[in-house]
Amino acid sequence: MTPIQITPIKIMPIKEMMQEFLATALAVLREIFDEAAYARYLKRCGIVSSRGSYAAFRRESEEMRMRLPKCC
Amino acid sequence: MNKPLARLLWGVIAILGAVSLGAIALHRGEPINALWLVVAATCCYALGYRFYSGFISTRVLALDALRATPAERLENGRDFLVTNKWVVFGHHFAAIAGPGPLVGPVLAAQFGYLPGTMWVLAGAVFAGCVQDFVILLFSVRRDGKSLTEMAKDEIGPVGGFVAYLAVIAILIILLGVAALIVVNALKASPWGTFTIAMTMPIALLMGVYLRRIRPGKVLEVSALGFVLVLAAIWGGQYVSQDPTLARLFTFSASTLAILIMIYGFTASALPVWLLLAPRDYLSTFVKLGTIALLGIGIVVLHPTLHMPALTRFVDGTGPVFAGKVFPFAFITIACGAISGFHALISSGTTPKMIARETQTRMVGYGAMMAESAVAIMAIIAACVMQPGIYFAINSPAGIVGQVPEAATATISSWGFPVTAAEMQALAHAVGEQTLFNRTGGAPAFAVGMAHIFSYSLGGGTLMALWYHFAIMFEALFILTVLDAGTRVARFMIQDALGHIYKPLGRTSWYPSILGTSALIVAAWGYFLWQGVKDPLGGINSLWPLFGIANQLLATVALCVATTIIIKMHRGKYAGVTLVPLGWLVAVTFTASWHKLFDPNPRVGFLAQVRVLQAGLITGGTARLIFNNQLDAAVTGILVVMVTAVLVESVRQWWGTLSGVREARVKESPFVRTRLAGEQG
Repeated sequence: MTPIQITPIKIMPIKEMMQEFLATALAVLREIFDEAAYARYLKRCGIVSSRGSYAAFRRESEEMRMRLPKCC
Repeated sequence: MNKPLARLLWGVIAILGAVSLGAIALHRGEPINALWLVVAATCCYALGYRFYSGFISTRVLALDALRATPAERLENGRDFLVTNKWVVFGHHFAAIAGPGPLVGPVLAAQFGYLPGTMWVLAGAVFAGCVQDFVILLFSVRRDGKSLTEMAKDEIGPVGGFVAYLAVIAILIILLGVAALIVVNALKASPWGTFTIAMTMPIALLMGVYLRRIRPGKVLEVSALGFVLVLAAIWGGQYVSQDPTLARLFTFSASTLAILIMIYGFTASALPVWLLLAPRDYLSTFVKLGTIALLGIGIVVLHPTLHMPALTRFVDGTGPVFAGKVFPFAFITIACGAISGFHALISSGTTPKMIARETQTRMVGYGAMMAESAVAIMAIIAACVMQPGIYFAINSPAGIVGQVPEAATATISSWGFPVTAAEMQALAHAVGEQTLFNRTGGAPAFAVGMAHIFSYSLGGGTLMALWYHFAIMFEALFILTVLDAGTRVARFMIQDALGHIYKPLGRTSWYPSILGTSALIVAAWGYFLWQGVKDPLGGINSLWPLFGIANQLLATVALCVATTIIIKMHRGKYAGVTLVPLGWLVAVTFTASWHKLFDPNPRVGFLAQVRVLQAGLITGGTARLIFNNQLDAAVTGILVVMVTAVLVESVRQWWGTLSGVREARVKESPFVRTRLAGEQG
């Protein structure tokens, strides 16, 4: 008699699922709170974070941000 | 999942949804549990997303996963940027979620929980989510163009011009109403005023921290700011208990209105990034956290709704605002069901971040579903209160009486028993002098939210803290809407004036900045002042005006969407936007007719003018007469403008369908994506 082959069901471990969820949630928050935009700015300009670079980033993004309406 | 199992699962969801909706709609006489609303909403959203948005994606819009989006083709690392779909979803939701889905449903609860719930669910699934989704997709296919640009390109110059004017009009009316809600929430409330005042130094501190101590660490400083705001709420109780300090932070409605106008002008005219940007972050932090917390609180507490399914006020005699359930329930609840303002966000930054066309479904349709869920939470928060208490808070003194005994007698005579002693005890429990005549929806929502929070998270002793947390939360993000809106309107006016005289269009030229800021603040400030001085509380006239303006903007957005669908040779599916458009036209035009010509002076602006003119004309009545005439004129102008867009659109549709006009959409040319292998 040939043994029955049982294919294991692949379920992502809860720890991995939680890690993925938290990583996505953090990415969302970093985008909403402009941290991701600042990181992109630093990368684009090839500079490191400092008071001066953050001030320059704020100047660059100020007008764009000021044109964004907030919904009612 | 295999097909039979999937069918079984969706069948169960459909049956569960139908049973829940049946329980909500047919239950009479006894209070029902809020979980019925939660289950019905969850099932409706799941079915709407899976089947209706799926149908729109494949049959109507034919979303193309192989077509490169502007985020990919025009990527510049700034505004055009390929972004993870969940990140875009969160970003989009944070931009569309405002005070509207909280305040509108609270006001509409005067009709009972049924009309609001049904409109929020049906309106979102068949209208609001569809509008946000199609406008987002059409903007993505046009390099992220705005609604006004798309209206100009697809309908014609009239469409573009009217859309521009409608945006300005809605902004002005919205800002006036939003400011009025804050005034009504903070008047004679030293605790609330102190907490909001403290957000200014906290924001400044956050600004310094961001610039000097930890550059760019916004999440960190927002969490720090949040802790400081909680400390300010805690400290507020001592301010309200100290006679000297309480006097210092107790303001009348007029004084608060003037302070808010000064704030709006300062926020718009001065480069106060140090204050405004951190406040914006703080407001978003509090907003997202509170919405999540409220959702958890409702599920944990699953409170009983004491408001009946339908109240006697469906006949139009409601004390919160006058007008029958049709059409006024449908313009009072805007953002939770459909909001024209969302079309501005869907054609703003979001289309520039979408990686694949197929993601517009999740972001556009899905985020609006989340917004609609917030409106359901607001309905629950309003309806957990005893109806007598709800009406005592939301009814103006001009309707129910000036003194507590008169107000409670009037409200009890409507069949909603409440006593002056009960109201006094509630005011004491939330740390206020009085809760009578706190129109505008915010205080009622705060009481409901405090009830849910205190009984699910902390016990009744924390009622006052939760109430002031709710007031702070609402006032903070209404003020953020106020300063952002004033600046956006200023930019729009400057852009237009720049065509007449170039320096006026320069956003760095101070005479232009000061002049346009003053113009915008004067415009919304006038509506605010009118609301503050209105003996009927202001909300009765202004909230319907705002609702009409917002829904008329949605009408313009749906005209644009229908025109594009017809030009795409998908005319047989035009019903997906045409049916909500038809409904909105029926609702807004009927509401406008009532606001203009209804013989009941509480409803019709012109009837109110006639009543005032028939009485003794004093300085006060002359101003009221002018205000009503102005409101009537604004309503009339909005209707005429939108009629012009409708006529232009119908001409386009007729011409295209009959073959007289060439059906040519103004899309960006097809470019194959390089992201084809990645997850969509």
